[in-house]
Amino acid sequence: MTLFTEFGRYLLMIKGMFSKPENGKMYWKELMHQCVEIGIGSLGIVVIISFFMGAVSALQTAYQLVSPVIPKSTIAQIVRDTVILEFSPTLVCIVLAGVVGSKIASELGNMRVSEQIDALEIMGINTKAYLVMPKILAALIMIPLLVVISMALGIYGGRLAGVLSGILSPAQYDKGLLGNYQPYNVFFALIKAYTFAFIISSIPAYYGYYVEGGALEIGRSSTKSVVVSCVSILFADYVLAALLLQ
Amino acid sequence: MIEVKNLKKGFGDKTVINDVSVVMQAGKCNLIIGASGSGKTVFMKCLVGLFTPDSGEILYDGQDFTDMNDESRKEIRKQIGMLFQGSALFDSQTVEQNIMFPLNMFTNDSYQQKLARVNEVLERVNLKDVNKKFPAELSGGMKKRVGIARAIVLNPKYLFCDEPNSGLDPQTSLVIDKLIAEITREYNITTIVNTHDMNSVMEIGDHIIYMHKGVKEWEGSNKEIIFSKNELLNEFIFASEFLKDAKDMRMLEQTGKIDNNRNMDELIK
Repeated sequence: MTLFTEFGRYLLMIKGMFSKPENGKMYWKELMHQCVEIGIGSLGIVVIISFFMGAVSALQTAYQLVSPVIPKSTIAQIVRDTVILEFSPTLVCIVLAGVVGSKIASELGNMRVSEQIDALEIMGINTKAYLVMPKILAALIMIPLLVVISMALGIYGGRLAGVLSGILSPAQYDKGLLGNYQPYNVFFALIKAYTFAFIISSIPAYYGYYVEGGALEIGRSSTKSVVVSCVSILFADYVLAALLLQ
Repeated sequence: MIEVKNLKKGFGDKTVINDVSVVMQAGKCNLIIGASGSGKTVFMKCLVGLFTPDSGEILYDGQDFTDMNDESRKEIRKQIGMLFQGSALFDSQTVEQNIMFPLNMFTNDSYQQKLARVNEVLERVNLKDVNKKFPAELSGGMKKRVGIARAIVLNPKYLFCDEPNSGLDPQTSLVIDKLIAEITREYNITTIVNTHDMNSVMEIGDHIIYMHKGVKEWEGSNKEIIFSKNELLNEFIFASEFLKDAKDMRMLEQTGKIDNNRNMDELIK
């Protein structure tokens, strides 16, 4: 299947999600379920990654800033900006593409192969709306939240690592955090988070929803969905940076 | 009543269903039989709208299903129950939740009312104390029965069963066949069963359609099938010596004679 055919089918899937729900309550329940699965289910890994990401970032920045002319508080500024601009939205979303994306693709793939999606269709349910839409909406709600948590933890991780290793004092770090702060950076990071959340949820949903075959194909489509999601995230990252960071 | 007119369906260059016309009799067990690859599953999937036919009409009580918009299709689909080959139960839900799912989606009944209905259909399919079990904890036969319970919970007008006996032992197969036949009569459902199980053909086949390479080759009842002269059908149905003997015995019982090319003395012996 050509790239354009696949992309066309992906767009048709997205279009197919928009229909009147058969029962609003059931859709709401499914959305909440997906919020828990995607949000709470990924919280642990996000906490660990973010904390160490900030800590390593602080140590490596200190290692590279050898000039005595540059104040120590600059380390905090660099950690803050790299965490907010790149590490939290991009790195965390790439990890989430693996965690959440593979789960979405394999869940839908398994439902497709075991005819559960057909069973829902026969009942008169729009499966794209009932199965795919809540996953995308839940990702759009929860992933930006996870990114915000990741920002806070990353910055705190940098502070803890910097202080514990004796590179700089808590006061120096806090001073650096407040210096040259650009609220636009957070806005930019959130735009990235929303874009990546859509990619992370919709691409694996597409690969899972249209899987054909058996267990082997589910595994393959899951892997492919993660690879395509990651490449798409990196591409979107570049486009957004080029467009919004002028 | 479901009427199929000149249905055609293909994938790429391959024609899978070729100009099939048939009327599924209301309130009866309509069996679609045929060898693997004969197109019966594709035919059934066209009937329920999972595949779009290339041409032809599928009329549900006179309404053309192939020509409907999504909303009208949904209304027809609410009248359809389907038992899938692998039961297609939702793995993450208990038996009770599985059966209650259509009720949750399409009714405004209270939980107590829905639970009562779930228990009623579970009792109908002879299952007890399984409400809180997950599909993984059930045997193949039990899964099929839960699948039937879910299919009939909304009192459908049409029941589709795709290979209801696949993967089941002969005894359990008979139980499932009996259940399908009983439910068809009790609820006055138009049932369409896809099968290549000969027990089903002989036991519950009120109306049988034999498909061969995507073409309707023969049509009749389980009483008529014994006397059919259709070679392809006879080769398919009475494939083994045992079944050939069984056919001849039945013919002998009913008509006093058997096929000319077989030796009656040897059979009786």
